[in-house]
Amino acid sequence: MAILSKEEAQAILKKALSYSKAEFCEVSLGGSEGGNIRYARNAVSTAGQISTMDLAVSSTFGKKTGSATINEFDDASIAKVVKRAEELAQLAPENPEFMPPLGPQTFQESATFNPVTAAITPDIRAEMVAKSLQVVKEAKLEAAGFLENGVRFNSVMNSKGLFAYNKSSDVSFSVTVRNQEGTGSGYVDQSFNDVAKMDTLALTKIAAKKATGSAGAKAIEPGKYTVILEPLAASDMLGNMFRGFDARSADEGRSFMSKKGGGTRLGEQLFSENVNLYSDPMNPDIPSATWNGDGLALKRTQWVEKGVVKNLAYSRYWAAKKGVEPVPGGRNFIMEGGNKSLEDLIKGTEKGILVTRFWYIRSVDPQTLLLTGLTRDGTFYIENGEIKFPIKNFRFNESPVIMLNNVEELGKPVRMGNLMVPPMKIRDFTFTSLSDAV
Amino acid sequence: MRRRDFLYLTGVGAGAALMPSALLGNSISVEQALNPVDVALKKKMADVALNTAKSLGATYADVRIGRYLNQVIATRETRVQNIANTESYGMGIRVIANGSWGFAATNILDNDNIAKTASLAVAIAKGNSKLLTEPVKLAPQKGYGEVSWKTPIEKNAFEVPIKEKVDLLLAVNAAALKGGAKFVNSNIFMVNEQKYFASSDGSYIDQDIHRIWPTFTVTKTDAANGKFETRNALSAPMGLGFEYLSPKDSEKIKGGPVTMYKKRYDMMEDVIEAAAHVEEKLKAKPVEPGKYDLVLDPSHLFLTIHESVGHPTELDRVLGYEANYAGTSFLTLDKWESKKFNFGSKLVNILADKTEEGSLGAVGYDDEGVKCGNWNIIKDGILVNYQTIRDQAHILGLTASQGCCYADSWNSIQFQRMPNVSLAPSSTPMSAAEMVKGVEKGIYMFGRNSYSIDQQRYNFQFSSQLAYEIKEGKIVGMLKNAAYQANTQEFWNSCAQLCDKNDYRLGGTFSDGKGQPGQVSAVSHGSPTTRFNGVNVINTGRKIG
Repeated sequence: MAILSKEEAQAILKKALSYSKAEFCEVSLGGSEGGNIRYARNAVSTAGQISTMDLAVSSTFGKKTGSATINEFDDASIAKVVKRAEELAQLAPENPEFMPPLGPQTFQESATFNPVTAAITPDIRAEMVAKSLQVVKEAKLEAAGFLENGVRFNSVMNSKGLFAYNKSSDVSFSVTVRNQEGTGSGYVDQSFNDVAKMDTLALTKIAAKKATGSAGAKAIEPGKYTVILEPLAASDMLGNMFRGFDARSADEGRSFMSKKGGGTRLGEQLFSENVNLYSDPMNPDIPSATWNGDGLALKRTQWVEKGVVKNLAYSRYWAAKKGVEPVPGGRNFIMEGGNKSLEDLIKGTEKGILVTRFWYIRSVDPQTLLLTGLTRDGTFYIENGEIKFPIKNFRFNESPVIMLNNVEELGKPVRMGNLMVPPMKIRDFTFTSLSDAV
Repeated sequence: MRRRDFLYLTGVGAGAALMPSALLGNSISVEQALNPVDVALKKKMADVALNTAKSLGATYADVRIGRYLNQVIATRETRVQNIANTESYGMGIRVIANGSWGFAATNILDNDNIAKTASLAVAIAKGNSKLLTEPVKLAPQKGYGEVSWKTPIEKNAFEVPIKEKVDLLLAVNAAALKGGAKFVNSNIFMVNEQKYFASSDGSYIDQDIHRIWPTFTVTKTDAANGKFETRNALSAPMGLGFEYLSPKDSEKIKGGPVTMYKKRYDMMEDVIEAAAHVEEKLKAKPVEPGKYDLVLDPSHLFLTIHESVGHPTELDRVLGYEANYAGTSFLTLDKWESKKFNFGSKLVNILADKTEEGSLGAVGYDDEGVKCGNWNIIKDGILVNYQTIRDQAHILGLTASQGCCYADSWNSIQFQRMPNVSLAPSSTPMSAAEMVKGVEKGIYMFGRNSYSIDQQRYNFQFSSQLAYEIKEGKIVGMLKNAAYQANTQEFWNSCAQLCDKNDYRLGGTFSDGKGQPGQVSAVSHGSPTTRFNGVNVINTGRKIG
């Protein structure tokens, strides 16, 4: 019930619009169905299955908007939620930033749905976890992990004739493997639209190798080091930065994209020449929906080309105010890289530190995007192209903007959540203290 | 994710434009929020679930019928950004069958569906029992019969007209702009959890829990230099009604560089001070890195307590249940068993508590029907206890749970969450102003800002909303880019002086995250102004482009 086809969704949305008496009306219908299984200390701790579906109505008179949602779908309930939104609109203060909804648009068909992923059952989840547990039990290690999968559909329709629908599936898996003495720890985290790509056995083996390999870590002095960031570590740093590609906060002078003297850094060389960043809903490795909540079509958008800021996101309101075309923010972010593997990057490094992942990253200074956080689950010293020994975890204080000015080499991009990120070799990465944490 | 959704409602989350829109629950009218579900009906529904579970072989069952109400008013400069009333209503059923936990939840509350959901919970428990290593061992808990508890509020925030709240926030914004701020966001978050708990032990507990959080961010830009500074409200989220927003002189501490608030908050006064502070922050002197004696105000120290004492003393973390997400803990059981692990200096006494009036953690009973109380975690600097729930109490040799079980929704599984964890004040009289006089080279910090700590809670870094330089017992000016880095045990052993109970105040958070799928909980941390000697301070200023 929670996952409707395009036609089923369309029928409910049309019915909702037929009750509308407002000047503008936007209705959206979305639902999800999914399950999860959690384990710790080599045994399952919790498991659940959740399904939801909601209809949201937004009615506008002039510049006064009211919204209401409901999770019952009989005619009387649909009529009631539309009426409720209209009543709230009459009571609401005027929104000077209201933008009338868009008329009909054309959207590309997305590649976000995979029927095999959609068909995952609790038994399949348990089997996938059993494979992970098999690895750690054989190796006498301890695992704590989480597997989650879901299917979701979103659809919108408005009184000016716009209609959009998208269906997606995803599966994500993460596991922390520790040795029994608690002196070594490893981690992996992967998500895909297609469950066929998810190999919990192979992934757990990587985490197990890191757990045994990171035991007996030596302390080295904090300071500036050349680092090789695995794609997970690199994505931890970059995820925060993409939110800053927003024109309004830059224009308002409160973002790292704000320019001295006013305006934005659009067109400026802000990063090294080997930095290229874009969003593309049709990327086969990391597909996204092809439209956003404003009804704008999502297209390939280049944010950074050869280190130069090429685009910032403009909402419809801010675009109108600035006299430019709206630029929707991306749903995925892709950083281009090369063809080298992580191992190739290590081989080419005389002295450096390999970072598996970062943890507890928080913004320290939004003006420079300075972040702090710690390494976790496998940090290693590299010498003459080889991993020499595990090292104790560090706290860092570093800005991804500074980091992307110090790029020495990039490897082949890998999907990490909603980012595609290459492993990267960065010089002068700032570690500020040691941590005893394993 | 849900925390993000909550913040999204205010439109102040960084890059809100790039986030998908989301609501916490179904929007409802204010009048609907004021009509709780009849207790007799809830008891009937609970009995259907309990009887079904027992008839299918469950050895234990509990039911939570939750109605979670939220109201958010969000404004920016001269306009209202969002007014949202949301409700989420449904039932969660938890059972033990074949020695394993099972859980299922539904929002369709007719008898047939309740029975179906209860049988699903039993089926899941039986399924999970195939992967069991050790059967669940519950600490005994007597049934309380039919009882109730209510947050002792003076004014239900949901009964206060929306217009009154909007007028207050717009007046706050006007005061900020008049004071020279370029931007200002202000919000009030209000929460009412109407929770009903019933268990096969014979408890039927009806609770009405209220929380409120008024807050703002004032921003000033310096376009010529491409700089900006912000200052957030020094309010605390509280377990209070709308009375928190009625200023009272007896609940203020004046005389220091900043006005400080106890259980009543003066939002107008604070925003006027904030507008002056952002101006001062733009011109503040960058901190010289090095060792300083820190004087930490409760509006700042609460978060350091939360991260460095609250989290590592969660027993489930110690045992490894959170290893894949929040992490484990350096406070391993051997340290507790030794009875001599020096967590902090002799001055450090830390209390876990679920009863303190006005705090976010105060409830009558936890989410598995255990009556709440308090206990020492750190006594005279020594680790003496943890925080735990019914199925882990036996590990500490306890014969009863400490009442730390919580779920953030009817459809979330309840698990161990942090009670209020607070630093006890000194019994020797001492004010903050007197404490400052004794400091040769120090920094006085107010308000929470950046915070980060490792997964076992050893190494942390914190910064503040405001940092003042102290030289030879006097405050000489404002500093910028100051953050301190320390090791938890070293830091608490450097605790050198505490103010007395007149200075004691609560700080807190609405959105402490834990678990997979993630859940949030609200928790307070009380403390007096406290001095820590010789802490490492770094300068976080950088240049880009």
